[in-house]
Amino acid sequence: MILPQFLILAAALFSLGVYGLLVRRNAVMVLLAVELMLAAVNINLVAFEAALRTSQAVGQVFAIFVITVAAAEVGIGLAIVLMIFRNRQSANVDEFDLMKW
Amino acid sequence: MSFSDWISQPVNWVFLGLALAVLAAGFRVVTSQNVVHAALFLVATLAGVAGLFVLLSAEFVAWVLVLVYIGAVVVLFLFGIMITRAPTGQDVGLDNRRARPVAAVVSLGLFGVLSWTSVRAFQDTAVAGVGERTPTDILGEALLGRFVFPFEVVGFVLLAALIGGITLARRDLTPKEEEERGAV
Repeated sequence: MILPQFLILAAALFSLGVYGLLVRRNAVMVLLAVELMLAAVNINLVAFEAALRTSQAVGQVFAIFVITVAAAEVGIGLAIVLMIFRNRQSANVDEFDLMKW
Repeated sequence: MSFSDWISQPVNWVFLGLALAVLAAGFRVVTSQNVVHAALFLVATLAGVAGLFVLLSAEFVAWVLVLVYIGAVVVLFLFGIMITRAPTGQDVGLDNRRARPVAAVVSLGLFGVLSWTSVRAFQDTAVAGVGERTPTDILGEALLGRFVFPFEVVGFVLLAALIGGITLARRDLTPKEEEERGAV
C-alpha cells in the first residue's frame, strides 16, 4: 500500500462533502456533509501516522481529538437548528436571513 | 509504481473494495433526496472508513469511530431529522438546484488540486501493511502523557457543548409559567 491511494480517497470524500455543503438547503443535511469532510480528514491523519510511524502514534491521537470535537459540533449544531426550526418553522439555510441586511 | 504492480498485492483489492463502497455511499449521502436515507448512507460511509482504519493498523481509532459516530452521532442526526421535518419521504426541495453546477465545478476542481498535489508530493511512500498493529497502550500513554493538556481541554469542550446544547434546545418558560413555578 502506498500513501497517495489514501490521500486521493480522502480528497474525493472531502470534495463530496464540499459538494453537499454547497448544494443542500436543509441545515441537517449540511451538517451531514460536514461529517463527510471530517471523516476525510481523519483518513489523512491515520494514513500519515501509518506512513511515518511516530513513537507515540500522534496521528491516531489527533484523529481521536477530531472525532471528539466533531461529536461536540454535531450536538451544538443540531441544537441551533432545532432552535431556529422552532422559531421559524423551517430548517432551510436559504431562509435563515435574520442576520443579513 | 505501476498500476499492475499495485493491483497484484491482495491488500490493495481490499482497499479498492472499501474505497469504492465509501465513495458510493458518500455520493448517496450528498445526492439522496430522502433525508433518512442520507443519514443511513452516512453509516455505510463511516463503516467503510472504519474498515480503512483497520487496514492502516489503527484498530482503536476504528472502534472509536464506530462507537462515537455510528452509535451516537448518526442517532443524533436521526433525531434532528425527525424533529425538524415531519414528512420523511421523498422531498424535491432538499437541494438548491441552481447551485448544483457551481458546486460540482468547485468540488471537482478541489479534488483535482488535492489529488494532484498529494500524488506529486508522496509518490511511492509506503504505509504500514496489515499485520503490523498499534498497541492501544501506546495511545493511552500518549493521551495521558504528552497530550494530557489537549485531552483535558477536549473534555472541557465536550462538557461545554453538553451544557450549551441543553440550554439551546430547552424551551423557554412563558412569564405565566414562570410565575406558577415561583409560586410552588
